Amino acid sequence: MAQYQNLFTTVQAVGPLHHGVELGHGNSPRTGEPFLLYWAGKLGNAQIGPIYLGGLGIASLMLGLLAFNIIGFNMLASVNYDPIQFVRQLFWLSLEPPGPNHGLGLAPLNQGGWWQIVGLFLTASILLWWVRTYRRARELGMGTHVPWAFAAAIWLFLVLGLFRPVLMGTWSEAVPFGIFSHLDWTAAFSLRYGNLFYNPFHALSIAFLYGSVLLFAMHGATILAVGRYGGEREIEQITDRGTASERAALFWRWTMGFNATMESIHRWAWWFAVLCPLTGGIGILLTGTVVDNWYLWAVKHGVAPPYPDVFPAVTDPALNLGGK
Amino acid sequence: MNRSTTPHPAGRARAWLTAAALAGLALLSGCERPPMESVQHGYRGTGMVQVYNPRTLLEVDAANVLPPAQPPADASGPKAGAIYQNVKVLGDLSVGEFTRLMVAMTAWVSPEQGCTYCHAGANFADDSLYTKVVARKMIQMTQHINSDWKPHVKETGVTCYTCHRGQNIPQNIWFTAKSEPYGSNFMGDKAGQNTPAPSVGLSTLPYDPFTPYLLGAEPIRVNAKNALPISGQQGESIRRTETTYGLMMHMSQGLGVNCTYCHNSQNFGKWEGGPPQRVTAWHGIRMARDINLAYMEPLTNVFPAHRKGELGDVAKANCATCHNGAYKPLLGQSMLKDHPELAAYRPYTAAAAAPAAPADAPPGAAPKQ
Repeated sequence: MAQYQNLFTTVQAVGPLHHGVELGHGNSPRTGEPFLLYWAGKLGNAQIGPIYLGGLGIASLMLGLLAFNIIGFNMLASVNYDPIQFVRQLFWLSLEPPGPNHGLGLAPLNQGGWWQIVGLFLTASILLWWVRTYRRARELGMGTHVPWAFAAAIWLFLVLGLFRPVLMGTWSEAVPFGIFSHLDWTAAFSLRYGNLFYNPFHALSIAFLYGSVLLFAMHGATILAVGRYGGEREIEQITDRGTASERAALFWRWTMGFNATMESIHRWAWWFAVLCPLTGGIGILLTGTVVDNWYLWAVKHGVAPPYPDVFPAVTDPALNLGGK
Repeated sequence: MNRSTTPHPAGRARAWLTAAALAGLALLSGCERPPMESVQHGYRGTGMVQVYNPRTLLEVDAANVLPPAQPPADASGPKAGAIYQNVKVLGDLSVGEFTRLMVAMTAWVSPEQGCTYCHAGANFADDSLYTKVVARKMIQMTQHINSDWKPHVKETGVTCYTCHRGQNIPQNIWFTAKSEPYGSNFMGDKAGQNTPAPSVGLSTLPYDPFTPYLLGAEPIRVNAKNALPISGQQGESIRRTETTYGLMMHMSQGLGVNCTYCHNSQNFGKWEGGPPQRVTAWHGIRMARDINLAYMEPLTNVFPAHRKGELGDVAKANCATCHNGAYKPLLGQSMLKDHPELAAYRPYTAAAAAPAAPADAPPGAAPKQ
């Protein structure tokens, strides 16, 4: 008897290949003949394709590819077009936003202009992709939960690269396009604004991030654990609560006195995931625009705890005019 | 599934596990191996902790053994300035003290080349070698540091060996970086950063944080002084923050310490309640700036081209020049106590007027006698 207890699906139930539902007026034809891929079936569904590209998808991919290539060629040019150094230094290479002297104006290409072009293309690409997810969801008669969750991530992206720089009056406040450089930007951002850990929205965002991880682990583990009783048929069990559902509920009531239900757990997960970038974006948007030093803000409002002095008293030597 | 009849899945799993383990090891190969030692440095639970790699500490210990000090020389007898010609900064020493210091300097700076690294031929008074002009300026610099920069060097002081360690050129020096090395003005500007540069601990931070702060005096502080923004005022930019951060990475690397060696973990800009080491470091930054401006830059024309940087600038000092990866240079052991002649300016005083003036003159114009 096959059981759903593994990281990989041990039994692949494969039906006849299908193209999906009939599409109404105004839809493009789907691209590609569907086929089965055994290894894909280990992780998810074995059927690959067909894909619905449509005008929005094509426009989004083209703009996204353009942005990706402009970033890549800037990185390549920055190592003098040496392919070996491009690979070796790839994680360090980056496309920087304009310097503070350019404000919100257009910068020369090599001093942030490329960054502005990439920002425009990438934003357009992502927004078009969002419209595409919305339209596809509607076309299938689904709810629009996926597009709105995606919109939460786009909110954070736009706050970092558009809304906040505009409010601050300079593109130089935006994030560079690079692997390590955006991490160093993050650290510098926290240092500049007096320690982001005292930003309550940052704290909320972390709570939702870790909460999402915890919920994901709890939910995934619960369903896999009752898979032997058909627990993976979650949707049916919402209305027709079988022994898998009862056992799972009992487990959590025994261990923590309370349990989610087959339907509510997904609402929990959705809200935790969506609130992570929503609160994070609010925290970023307030930084520098409304609060300039989160540590001093936290002291002012009694959030930052005072600690006993363990060092001999120190004062800022710059205040001591007699000093050298 | 009956495992005994199908041995393949187990074998395949083993192969996968081996591959995963190898990939994991390859990814970790850039890391320092545990265990590390963590030492509490401030109030409990505040992350005020220094993390040390005991294996690195052994290397630091081995690299900071003092060379044996020569027995003290007789301070009586005629002064060097009266006996020798062209003695400008150590003239007040007795001949014995003077000779002892020259022998020590040879061991500290040019143990292989010997006296002739600085002295041209038989006439030791000759200033024709650039190294002699530099050496004189460096002695003045050492005396200046030991007498005027006590807030940083305290009574421990510095000698030539603090930086040179038996080498002609100290191991850790810096030149102003050429920020756009490839001449393109169309694309690919790195904005002086995004390079795995040792000067900033292999981060993507601006790799020349020295020119603005240890030569120029641009503001290092980036934290706002108020909780809320002040209308109409522009705070420090992220770019400047990253340059400051780059300097701090250099200091951390150069001293072998964490951020919290000097900074309060609640807020890096806050002085109150923080470690007093930060005050010492504050003076150190200004000391490095002072010696680069007052002693190194004026030597630019003295040095030959091959000793200069890409932009034709002179070699300059930063924190690592003296510290060499230790929290205190030579782990706080003083060599100055064995060489009090380096503690302060010692011009020849017996024959008034003459020697004091040329010592302060710019070395480019200096002495060809």
